Amino acid sequence: MNFKYYIMAEEMIVKELDDVVVRFSGDSGDGMQLAGNMFSNISATVGNDISTFPDYPADIRAPQGTLTGVSGFQVHVGSGKVYTPGDKCDVLIAMNPAALKTQYKFCKPQTVIIIDTDSFTKRDLEKAKFQLDNPFSELGIKNEVIEAAITTMCKESLKDSGLDNKSIMRTKNMFALGLVCWLFHRDIEVGAKLLREKFAKKPAIAEANVKVLYDGYHFGENTHASVSISYKVPCKEGKAPGRYMDINGNKATAYGLMAAAEKAGLQLYLGSYPITPATDILHELAKHKSLGVKTVQCEDEIAGCASAVGAAFAGALAVTTTSGPGICLKSEAMNLAVIAELPLVIVDVQRGGPSTGLPTKSEQTDLLQVLYGRNGESPMPVIAATSPTDCFDAAYMACKVALEHMTPVVLLTDAYIANGSAAWKLPNLKEYPEIKPPYVTLDMAGKWTPFKRNPETGVRYWAVPGQKDFMHRIGGLEKSNETGAISTDPENHNLMTRLRAEKVEKIAYSLPLLQVEGDPDADLLIVGFGGTYGHLHSAMDMMNAAGKKVALTHFKYINPLPKNTADVLRKYKKIVVAEQNMGQLAGYLRMKVEGLHLHQFNQAKGQPFVVQELVDAFIKIMEE
Amino acid sequence: MSEIKYTAADYKSGQPRWCPGCGDHAFLNSFHKALAEIGVPPHEIAVISGIGCSSRLPYYMNTYGMHTIHGRAAAIATGAKVANPKLTIWQISGDGDGLAIGGNHFIHAIRRNVDINIILLNNRIYGLTKGQYSPTSERGFVSKSSPYGTVEDPFRPAELCFGARGRFFARCAAVDGGPSVEVLKAAAKHKGTSVVEVLQNCVIFNDGTHNSIAKKEDREKNAIYLEHGKPMLFGPNKEFGLMQEGFGLKVVKLGENGVTEKDILVHDAHCQDATLQLKLALMEGPDFPIALGVIRDVEAPTYDESVEAQIEEVSAKKNYHTFAELLETNDTWEVK
Repeated sequence: MNFKYYIMAEEMIVKELDDVVVRFSGDSGDGMQLAGNMFSNISATVGNDISTFPDYPADIRAPQGTLTGVSGFQVHVGSGKVYTPGDKCDVLIAMNPAALKTQYKFCKPQTVIIIDTDSFTKRDLEKAKFQLDNPFSELGIKNEVIEAAITTMCKESLKDSGLDNKSIMRTKNMFALGLVCWLFHRDIEVGAKLLREKFAKKPAIAEANVKVLYDGYHFGENTHASVSISYKVPCKEGKAPGRYMDINGNKATAYGLMAAAEKAGLQLYLGSYPITPATDILHELAKHKSLGVKTVQCEDEIAGCASAVGAAFAGALAVTTTSGPGICLKSEAMNLAVIAELPLVIVDVQRGGPSTGLPTKSEQTDLLQVLYGRNGESPMPVIAATSPTDCFDAAYMACKVALEHMTPVVLLTDAYIANGSAAWKLPNLKEYPEIKPPYVTLDMAGKWTPFKRNPETGVRYWAVPGQKDFMHRIGGLEKSNETGAISTDPENHNLMTRLRAEKVEKIAYSLPLLQVEGDPDADLLIVGFGGTYGHLHSAMDMMNAAGKKVALTHFKYINPLPKNTADVLRKYKKIVVAEQNMGQLAGYLRMKVEGLHLHQFNQAKGQPFVVQELVDAFIKIMEE
Repeated sequence: MSEIKYTAADYKSGQPRWCPGCGDHAFLNSFHKALAEIGVPPHEIAVISGIGCSSRLPYYMNTYGMHTIHGRAAAIATGAKVANPKLTIWQISGDGDGLAIGGNHFIHAIRRNVDINIILLNNRIYGLTKGQYSPTSERGFVSKSSPYGTVEDPFRPAELCFGARGRFFARCAAVDGGPSVEVLKAAAKHKGTSVVEVLQNCVIFNDGTHNSIAKKEDREKNAIYLEHGKPMLFGPNKEFGLMQEGFGLKVVKLGENGVTEKDILVHDAHCQDATLQLKLALMEGPDFPIALGVIRDVEAPTYDESVEAQIEEVSAKKNYHTFAELLETNDTWEVK
């Protein structure tokens, strides 16, 4: 962290930072997600880059004040580009002892901790299983602490508001937010505006929250909150001009699907079944009926995918969304789309496994499942989104590939990028590539059979039911490439197996080449895929800044691999594949590119990578 | 409906590969005939099946068709209908496909009341896998997978359908051509999920399973053809009838104990309360005749129409209808 000091009139030191990480934490009912989100939005509004990560418990409402009920929200604010929500925080808001105890591990020695002293009674300490009366000495905390009697001040402030005690207690998060806004010289008016928009239908609640937000700000101003320094994160590196919004990965995925449907001139059909952490895509799409989106919440994962196959057959842009356990159940219907050669997008928001595993946590452990987890030779394109905002482009491309190549496509995201958010420049659809499905044309009538293919792409033509002269039958049984009738002919099956594989391989001609970032003469090439891009990029930056020669290549297109994959990988003497699984990409690359020697960095903790850990591990590999 | 008159031949394609004597042949003939009489053009029809002997049926249709995966036909048909409501959809399933592996999709399609016609060809056996008991095989049924007899009770398809709030349930015997055509026409006419149980014989692995109604003269004795608004009479000379007794039904003979036609129940397929209809659907020999014909046919909103209506309703209220307009509904900020 580079910073400079300057002295304000009040003789308080103001630190100017390139970037800062703030972690809001409290009981799951304390509204920390909202406070964190608002701080992120307020910072983005002044032109900072942002990256956020909500870290909430699996329980809907764990017992109040307990260790398992702590909900966290981390915001990384930068004057230039930020790639991750940050490893450790510069400011920790701990609304109760349980938050302090569970979240202290995210603190550095210089981290400032803000607590609500009213929530640190003996009983609160007992709930959080503290032995001593002083939690700070028990945890050995020597950090600077801002103590604020938040509960008392909120009650006092809103005593004449007419609100009941429960509603008043719910404003505590805004006091904390106000205080943090003061600490970072943030424009509090923006926060007030956001609150009035959020509670537009409940003006009394809106005004109470606004009042408390100002109280928190003024508390900081009046007391200097007993801290020696405050911070500024100026907006230095100009972001590309334009309009921006804050978006998380699941919403960006939903938006990408809707954008693709509009571009293709098709109705969007979603067959889905609720599953963490993918359900928010269903929620988002269910809202937008005015765009003609049809969402069917099915009886199970199987029906989610099967109904989407039916919708694809009937002529829609068909999508099913799920997480790893759902993929297990959908595999059968995904395979039907493979053999019937129908367009279908399967979104897998990966979570910790196996089995039910860690439903709210993030992993990259479904890669081999989506590549190979089906019976028979079942080639399927796989695209992995690299960041919350990239989910939009990746979803758009998944639809484009599916529709233009008549194939099911898997879009891999993960819990981390699905829930994490970042500033997103509003896209102009005109700048996105056309989506043109290979429909049958009238002149084909009479000569057409279901598996008549475009000789160049190997893609069959799409005859949507309802058209005269194109009646046909497809299905799960192998068909003759010539006639489309059921065929058990050995030569035909061999041919069809190859044709399906070639069709998918040929998609690579329309995909971008693999890029290498960082030092062109790198001694170490970092390789990753999907949602770890931000962390791997940050690790590379940190190492290059420290004089190491490191480069990064990151896979977004996994099947087919970019055309230059072998050329890129063979250039480097030392390669490390870093992934949140036990080496699935590394194994896949070894199979696809002969003779590679790959080092591995593997982790399956359910948490995002920690950049410092990556750097330490990569340096060790370089020194080997 | 088009002006063109279609014949059964317009709906035919391919050469059926079922065993000689299989009930599926007879049903297919009735199906072709019924479609010609209904008159929906072949290109506006999609026939969607699962896996099993009967699920081969789409290949013998000159319509759009999809022979899918085991048990999932109802889910696939649901997606096709919701995505493309203009299509007329017929789902073909057997008792294994529809009620065992596909039981969940079967009941949920019915519950949602998607406007599809589900044909359940019930031969009480797994034929394609060569003779295992199915979820409609009677307790004690001896098969390759139950050499000492099954120790489980069967599903009764009507009970599942009614339990899932079914709005249309009809039954026919595959060999009984004329009534089969009528039942299929009624199923097509009904808006919402129509379930037609077709009692069908497997000559190889379960020959004679529907013997009591296999021949015309047997049907006269052992079956009753229900017609809406008509008294429930059966027998070679319509000498038997059904009356209500307490919570149940009883078979009576006209002229005996002073019973006249006025005492006989009149069938009401449109009655919302399904209690009596279910009783009729569950009748079985030797004490009762097996009910054939349209047993229940009541109106209710269909899922696919409701989906369309909701889109229309919400679209009229919302001020964004394109992706660019959707973007505008978000909080944004400008970077200059």
